[in-house]
Amino acid sequence: MPDGSSLVTSGVLHCFREGDLDAFEALFREHQRPVFGWILRMVRNAAAAEELTVETFWRIHRARERFQPDRPFAPWARRIATRAALDWLRAQRPEVELTAEMAGALPSASTGDPGIAAEIRRKTALAFARLPPSLRAAAVLAVVEEQPHREIAAALGITVGAVKLRVFRALRLLRKDLEQQGITP
Amino acid sequence: MNAHDEDRMKELLKEALPPVAADAEPERDLWPAVLRRLDEDAGAPRRATFQSVPWFDWALLGGLAVFTVSFPATIPVFLYYL
Repeated sequence: MPDGSSLVTSGVLHCFREGDLDAFEALFREHQRPVFGWILRMVRNAAAAEELTVETFWRIHRARERFQPDRPFAPWARRIATRAALDWLRAQRPEVELTAEMAGALPSASTGDPGIAAEIRRKTALAFARLPPSLRAAAVLAVVEEQPHREIAAALGITVGAVKLRVFRALRLLRKDLEQQGITP
Repeated sequence: MNAHDEDRMKELLKEALPPVAADAEPERDLWPAVLRRLDEDAGAPRRATFQSVPWFDWALLGGLAVFTVSFPATIPVFLYYL
């Protein structure tokens, strides 16, 4: 998500804050893709990510008066997107939320290690879906997507130390869940 | 869980959940959907606020308050007719 290389001028940000729809559209056009990508990384469901991108920009429009035009737009948008994604994750039932099929259907940057059995991967994905959403969000962004801890912390509204702690707790719970299923990682 | 276990779990998680491609984007233009959502929001009934109550309702309430303070004996009569 662009932070410093924004094409949108500060005039547009001021107009957006005043409720100008053209300025809002300009911001939407510039930030739609990174916001969608951020949400997709969290929810791992393309259809839901599209809906949540719409929801996020609706929330952004509603909260425009709280936006400070002297600050960058992208981190603010990312934080609102994160809240929307967490709300969605909390509303899902774990057993239907993240299946191996859904994980496999995502546009992937790598093909993965063929040495790991598909069954273990499936059980790991399902065990991960059973973790609390706040732990899952931190772990998927930090471990799988390798996003900077500072960005994750800002998006979740917590400290970098808290992000690391959540990742550790997520991995520990995941290991425990897999061990209960008879899998020794 | 030691550092080795932690690294192993990270590796397993990466294998189970492949990372999203950097160029992932929506399959359709979402701007029309955002506009529809804004229109729905504009058409929805708004929650009553201090400003949304007409001034004459506040005047009536104020007058009633002054009247009942001036003539407390009328309070039971008002309560009876409520």
